[in-house]
Amino acid sequence: MAISREEVEKVALLGRLLLSDDELDTMTRQMDQILGYMDLLAEVDTEQVEPMAHALDVTNVFRDDRVLPSLSRQQALANAPHPDDECYLVPAVLGEV
Amino acid sequence: MPLIELTATQLLAQLGAGAITSVEITEAFLERIERCDGSIKAFLRVDRQAALGRAAAIDQKRKAGKPMGRLGGLPVAVKDLLATQGEPTTCASRILENFRPPYDATIVARLKAADAVLVGKTNMDEFAMGGSNETSAFQLTRNPWDLERVPGGSSGGAAACVAASMSPLAVGSDTGGSIRCPAALCGVTGMKPTYGRVSRYGLVAFASSLDQIGPISRTAEDAALLLEVLAGYDPADSTSIDLPVPDYTRSIRQPLANLRVGIVREHFGEGLDPEVETAVREAVDVYKSLGATVEELSMPHSKYAVAAYYIIAPCEASSNLARYDGVHYGYRADETQLAAELEAERRKLEKSGDTAALNDLDNPSIRMYRRTRAQGFGAEVKRRIMLGTYALSAGYYEAYYKKALKVRRLIRQDFDRAFEQVDLIIGPVTPTPAYEIGEKTDDPLSMYLLDLYTVSTNLTGIGGISIPCGFNSEGLPIGLQLQAPPFEEERLLRGAHMFQQATDWHTHRPGID
Repeated sequence: MAISREEVEKVALLGRLLLSDDELDTMTRQMDQILGYMDLLAEVDTEQVEPMAHALDVTNVFRDDRVLPSLSRQQALANAPHPDDECYLVPAVLGEV
Repeated sequence: MPLIELTATQLLAQLGAGAITSVEITEAFLERIERCDGSIKAFLRVDRQAALGRAAAIDQKRKAGKPMGRLGGLPVAVKDLLATQGEPTTCASRILENFRPPYDATIVARLKAADAVLVGKTNMDEFAMGGSNETSAFQLTRNPWDLERVPGGSSGGAAACVAASMSPLAVGSDTGGSIRCPAALCGVTGMKPTYGRVSRYGLVAFASSLDQIGPISRTAEDAALLLEVLAGYDPADSTSIDLPVPDYTRSIRQPLANLRVGIVREHFGEGLDPEVETAVREAVDVYKSLGATVEELSMPHSKYAVAAYYIIAPCEASSNLARYDGVHYGYRADETQLAAELEAERRKLEKSGDTAALNDLDNPSIRMYRRTRAQGFGAEVKRRIMLGTYALSAGYYEAYYKKALKVRRLIRQDFDRAFEQVDLIIGPVTPTPAYEIGEKTDDPLSMYLLDLYTVSTNLTGIGGISIPCGFNSEGLPIGLQLQAPPFEEERLLRGAHMFQQATDWHTHRPGID
């Protein structure tokens, strides 16, 4: 087994997903199959190889720290599911609900 | 010849000569959309009024003798993961169903500045994750050559719309083959430029080191025209490369002399449909007849490309899709029951004495995120988020993500070595032509394996183009892929155009009416 149901549940929490029991079963089966296929990479000798995160050599881009026009508050709140006049409202994170 | 059968280049010439107006052209394509898109469903949204309004304004501009943009009056369809200000941009996902971006993607701004007429947003696999267009949350796009078959993905809507003559030009995106695959399955031309050639600002990110935007068209000549408008440095995209944009439409006319073509031994192995192999080998013979020399190469790490890609892309996706949490925009799950639901769970766990689970119980905010994402994302998106999250997690990062990045470098080295010997690498785009709708949806891994010829282009960042090179015995299109070193788009376009001058596969149209 490349991955267990318990591990899948933990990953679901990390990924901020809620999976039903059926979905957990299917996901475990599918992830197990896919991760099993990935074992192929173990064949490759990568001892002396540097990881390549970017296809082309890119360097970080900086600009002067100047204030430039940006979104208005109204624009920023336009797509908000649950705003008040000023901010995004979210369910409680800490303390009593 | 009906307007909708003319290429973009031909339409532009007629517009310039004053022989037709943009309104006439736009009306012809809108009428075609109305007649055909009921069965094909390439478009998620068509804005008829806005398109005709824009076409009229462009006709006025031309009449007044003002300088015209490069695409002056031509209709263009845009994949629905490119931000169009104030208009829905859904990525074919419920989580963005009502999302209206407050800005235009850089390429959308460029299209508008070039006087293109944006006709609508095209259907896609959800968040560009898929190779068949079947994971769209909203509708199924059908292949115009056979309505029971997939158009390919994830730019399936864009490719189908060009194939069915519903627009002369379309813009797609390609992360592991998402322009080239549907282009091949739909019998049109589609190109993934070199990474960094086209700005990704306003492209909803799937995998940031792999995503690229590119043209879909009937001909390489039309692709060159569209690429001239799309390409160029953009300070808003920190991965955009500052190199001048060549005159693709001018240089394309010059054939490649002394062309050295490479075919890769490993590409012609098990799993390649024999009719696809025959069409590709015959295409190689066409290049020979045009004076090219052909060399067989070995790329020993090609067999690892799919595994490397299906670790790297989901890893990057798990990070990019973390933003969809229902807080600032997009879908949010119903909060009204949240408190009551968690209270009920708390009491149940207290009763059973499961202190571990009690400690782990979601707080309301976490539960909101989890339910929002569970309800807003489809199965394929969830699968990739899960794979990526796992492969990046502590204890697995080295074995999966880091390992895949090392293999990525080895794959790149194979290509660098190959390009020391040859100018273009030629081969299949997909191992089979279009398959039936629903045929592969139960087996994700079998779907991933179909990307074996296209993922390396994205992993290595180089450019690739798919052009029609034949049909199988069932009349389904077959695509030919050309790949070139970084920033050799001119070479790709000239190589493609040479082929399209010597053959007429790209002129065939599906018989839908």
